[in-house]
Amino acid sequence: MTALPDRVEKKLGLVIDLDTCVGCHACVVACKGWNDQGYGAPLSDQDPYGAAPSGTFLNRVHSYEITPPDAPAQIVHFPKSCLHCDDAPCVTVCPTGASYKRREDGIVLVNESACIGCGLCAWACPYGAREMDADAGVMKKCTLCVDRIYNETLPEEDRQPACVRTCPAGARHFGDLSDPGSEVSQLVAARGGLDLMPEMGTKPVNAYLPPRPKADAAPEFDVLAPFLEPVAEDAGGFLGWLDRTLSKMPG
Amino acid sequence: MVQPTLDLSPAVSDEVRKTTCYMCACRCGINVHLKSGRVTYIEGNRDHPVNRGVLCAKGSAGIRQVFAPSRLRAPLKRVGPRGSGAFVEISWEEALETAVSWLAPLRESAPEKLAFFTGRDQSQSFTSYWAQAYGTPNYAAHGGFCSVNMAAAGIYTLGGAFWEFGQPDWEHTKLFLLFGVAEDHDSNPIKIGLGQLKARGAKVIGINPIRTGYNAVADEWVGITPGTDGLLILSLIHLLLKAGKVDLDYLAQFTNAPCLVNMDPESPDYGLILTDDEGRALVWDRVEQRPRCYDKPDVTPDLAGAWEVDGITHRPVFHLIAERYLDPRYAPEAVADTVGVSAARIRALAGQIARAFDAPVEIDQPWTDFRGRRHPKMTGRPIAFHAMRGISAHSNGFQTARALHLLQALLGAVETPGGFRFKPPYPKPARAHPRPHCKVTPGQPLNGPHLGYPQGPADLCLKDDGTPARIDKAFSWENPLSAHGLMHMVIANAHAGDPYRIDTLFLYMANMAWNSSMNTAQTMAMLTDRDANGEYVIPRIIYSDAYASEMVAYADLILPDTTYLERHDCISLLDRPICEADAAADAIRWPVVEPDRDVRGFQSVLLDLGARLGLPGFVAEDGSAKYADYADYMVRHERRPGVGPLAGWRGDGADHGRGAPNPDQIAKYIENGGFWTAHVPDEARYMKPWNAAYQAWAVKIGLVDVEMPYLLDLYCEPLRRFQAAAEGRGPIQPPEALRDRLRRAMDPLPDWTPPFGEEVDAEAYPLHALTQRPMAMYHSWGSQNAWLRQIHGVNPLYVPTDVWAREGFAEGDWARVTSPHGQITVPVAHMAALNPRTVWTWNAIGKRKGTWGLDEGAPEATKGFLLNHLISELLPPKGDGMRWSNSDPVTGQAAWFDLRVRVEKCAAPGRGEAAPGFPALARPGGTA
Repeated sequence: MTALPDRVEKKLGLVIDLDTCVGCHACVVACKGWNDQGYGAPLSDQDPYGAAPSGTFLNRVHSYEITPPDAPAQIVHFPKSCLHCDDAPCVTVCPTGASYKRREDGIVLVNESACIGCGLCAWACPYGAREMDADAGVMKKCTLCVDRIYNETLPEEDRQPACVRTCPAGARHFGDLSDPGSEVSQLVAARGGLDLMPEMGTKPVNAYLPPRPKADAAPEFDVLAPFLEPVAEDAGGFLGWLDRTLSKMPG
Repeated sequence: MVQPTLDLSPAVSDEVRKTTCYMCACRCGINVHLKSGRVTYIEGNRDHPVNRGVLCAKGSAGIRQVFAPSRLRAPLKRVGPRGSGAFVEISWEEALETAVSWLAPLRESAPEKLAFFTGRDQSQSFTSYWAQAYGTPNYAAHGGFCSVNMAAAGIYTLGGAFWEFGQPDWEHTKLFLLFGVAEDHDSNPIKIGLGQLKARGAKVIGINPIRTGYNAVADEWVGITPGTDGLLILSLIHLLLKAGKVDLDYLAQFTNAPCLVNMDPESPDYGLILTDDEGRALVWDRVEQRPRCYDKPDVTPDLAGAWEVDGITHRPVFHLIAERYLDPRYAPEAVADTVGVSAARIRALAGQIARAFDAPVEIDQPWTDFRGRRHPKMTGRPIAFHAMRGISAHSNGFQTARALHLLQALLGAVETPGGFRFKPPYPKPARAHPRPHCKVTPGQPLNGPHLGYPQGPADLCLKDDGTPARIDKAFSWENPLSAHGLMHMVIANAHAGDPYRIDTLFLYMANMAWNSSMNTAQTMAMLTDRDANGEYVIPRIIYSDAYASEMVAYADLILPDTTYLERHDCISLLDRPICEADAAADAIRWPVVEPDRDVRGFQSVLLDLGARLGLPGFVAEDGSAKYADYADYMVRHERRPGVGPLAGWRGDGADHGRGAPNPDQIAKYIENGGFWTAHVPDEARYMKPWNAAYQAWAVKIGLVDVEMPYLLDLYCEPLRRFQAAAEGRGPIQPPEALRDRLRRAMDPLPDWTPPFGEEVDAEAYPLHALTQRPMAMYHSWGSQNAWLRQIHGVNPLYVPTDVWAREGFAEGDWARVTSPHGQITVPVAHMAALNPRTVWTWNAIGKRKGTWGLDEGAPEATKGFLLNHLISELLPPKGDGMRWSNSDPVTGQAAWFDLRVRVEKCAAPGRGEAAPGFPALARPGGTA
């Protein structure tokens, strides 16, 4: 069993805007591309051109359909990766110390050289955010691109997770959620950011910004009606209005 | 606990090479990382004007393309029957000489017997140059089965269209209405733009039968019935006109709303616009009370009144607009049932537009218009629209797109702040484009460019006997404004010998034996059909592709292309550039890795063929090849003096736009990240069609040779000329059988007619069936991608709630889907966020067994399916036995989305595989 640090200096994490995510999977594949050549073992694919292709992904987008009782059905795209929980059950369950939470930034990582591939951590994670790599036999998970965010060989502006850098809609934000003044904390405050499954007591660092209420549910029929007040009822009346209006316009 | 020590600054790669993505049509800038010469990682290029650093799933997955097992390895010669997939590898010399032995005699005798069509276009200015030099009239790219309605309607109405020619003013718009889009048509820019709108709280309304993707994040969703967008738009116009929410000043100054239409049915010019002796449009001057030329510096164009000129009554276009659209047949209550949107919702939509209209956007930027008047500010309405294939792939798509552009113009939301903005080299009115050419002289080039924008019947491509001159019948009375040709009709027409037989079909990256054809099974049969002598009805087929697509098996000679990371390309201002509203831009591809197979970039092969055939423009004075390869052509070719495929770093490297060829030009592009941009001057950023500063800049950098300010064509006179011919006016007359249809279709003001697909028995086929492109997959360019197929490896038919319940469907069930043309058996899935009369599936996930380097048991080949089997390239016979092409009667755009079906639950097929199934194709000899 592995201990969590008694305190972390930062809580680096992601804020994901579900109102903006179009479900394009850009983050999924950018993550795969970076981490296939980055931290630890490559993200292998099994049967990549066969009948049942499968592979390791550290980030996946799930799409859910919601049908409110009094409004049209809607779809929410929900990208999911490790939430780097404060109380990470995947760490405490690890028998070898391979799974650990970094003291300096709170990132939850797997030390692959100590991982025995027992899979307990994946069972312990209530979010299903860990995947065992079938080729390497070690547990893989989001590293928050720990090999990018401090990487001095990269330009400063690129020192962010690959999923954030690539997101075309700008739905993903990276920062320190322990700092109330950070951009990500401000977003969470302004938009009512949510923890995922708070009842699990994992205290996730990542937060989700909920979809804004849809206008389908409550169209502003009354507010809008005055903007369509007719100037005329038919073509003849309209041409009369036209002539009067043109006469008043500067030539 | 001791934490492991990590290397937090690993070197990402040895080298970054910056080129242009080609995982879809969007053409983003990419940074390709290499280690020891091998591609290890691809990310977006932050400096690039299209994607500004971001990259979609396809782009990031591009790394798998260079390792894909489906890559063709060497030229192939067919050795078994066509369609068997039996090939042997041959040398490039043998391949090229084989092609020359077919093409050279043809050129000397009957060049029209070569039909050359390209699917993966974007090198059209080059491929058309080759086809023109060869002398065949039978050339086009894939626009006819893609989105020509959008391009043509935009150019005929506004002088530019959505996507490559224009974009919403993401910075200023407050209300964005998004109609049906194909996701690749400005993939990352739309996502970036939506993100911007969301960040500043602008309202997004999605008008689409299916609430996925962009529509899922829209603040409001209008689940319209397919094919009725035009009617909804005209109803919005009705309401906005009635409420006086139209920009009269804008209409009078910048559109042909004040132009004077001849109203005398006895006049030879009935329905045409009054002009002066030099053919320039006249308007009624409200101050001077006389007709004057529209561009006079002190003219005050009037929109009201009717005037007699030379004894003939003339009325301004705006009168006709008011009369047409104020008609109660466009009232929300009259259209609600047809469009599947309540009258209250339609009013709410119009109300939101009206509210935004009342809050104009002003930019403190003085500018001077083409009449020489100085304006202190640029003013517009913060209402932007975007649309693409969803509205255009219907048989009423041209007029629907016209209706949308009319709405934009009435609001004064074209080229004004907050509205729609052109991207250089647009604006460019239809009149400034070439007209189509089709005159064949054996052994000689064609008499001009193939494709263009007809202005009237005299510009049609007809033979002396009035029959179509082109194999696809483009620019014939069947579809006069077919600006992109009709690739979807080529095989059917060539097989039928209608209008004539051909000898050689030459295709580039067009998967016509599968997802790019209607009537797929019949198309395969046409490609393999033999005549009484046992010869193939289409005698010879040459095909170039990079991958083992379904089409490969149906060709006689395969010219294997490279992947996009192994080639030179230019994304040229002469073609379909990557400009943004604030900048002209072009870009290159270059081999960031060399091919590890015996393959060549298709454009280099075409240059080689051109030289071997001795085509003018392809041989030097001494008879040798004029260009070493495509890279050499990109640098040295000049289309006009000083204007070549690439605009940047010309001359000694300091000239941009115009300048002598620069041998170091490609090195300069590479140094700059693979692209070039020239910023539009501040005073030229908006009002471009009328803005003197923009017009001067466009000439200066070589976009055009002369300034050409113009009025937006709300009333489209070229359409009227065809309509007049259908009424019996003028010397060039359509066939009798087409008169009625032309009279309706060629309406100079946009109108809505039910799509042809509605002519079926609505009770027998109650549902609309659509396809969509997933954001993480691109039909036949990358569908074998190892990463992306894990995201989109299956494509169920999505069924709305009522149908799901009525048929008693459960998860894992199958359905029989029947159209008037065919039947398929497919897996189903439930979807509630869907128009209740619509079913849909993802486009082109279904693959034929044995293709694309996939195992025969791949889900794409077992459960994947195409709707194409349900769609015929010909409509059911009319009363007179005639069968029209399943295309828009104006442009010939393939009407994919007119499809009507019925869906019935059925037992799971025996082998658990979708039907129809086809025998597995052998892997062509040379896949990697």
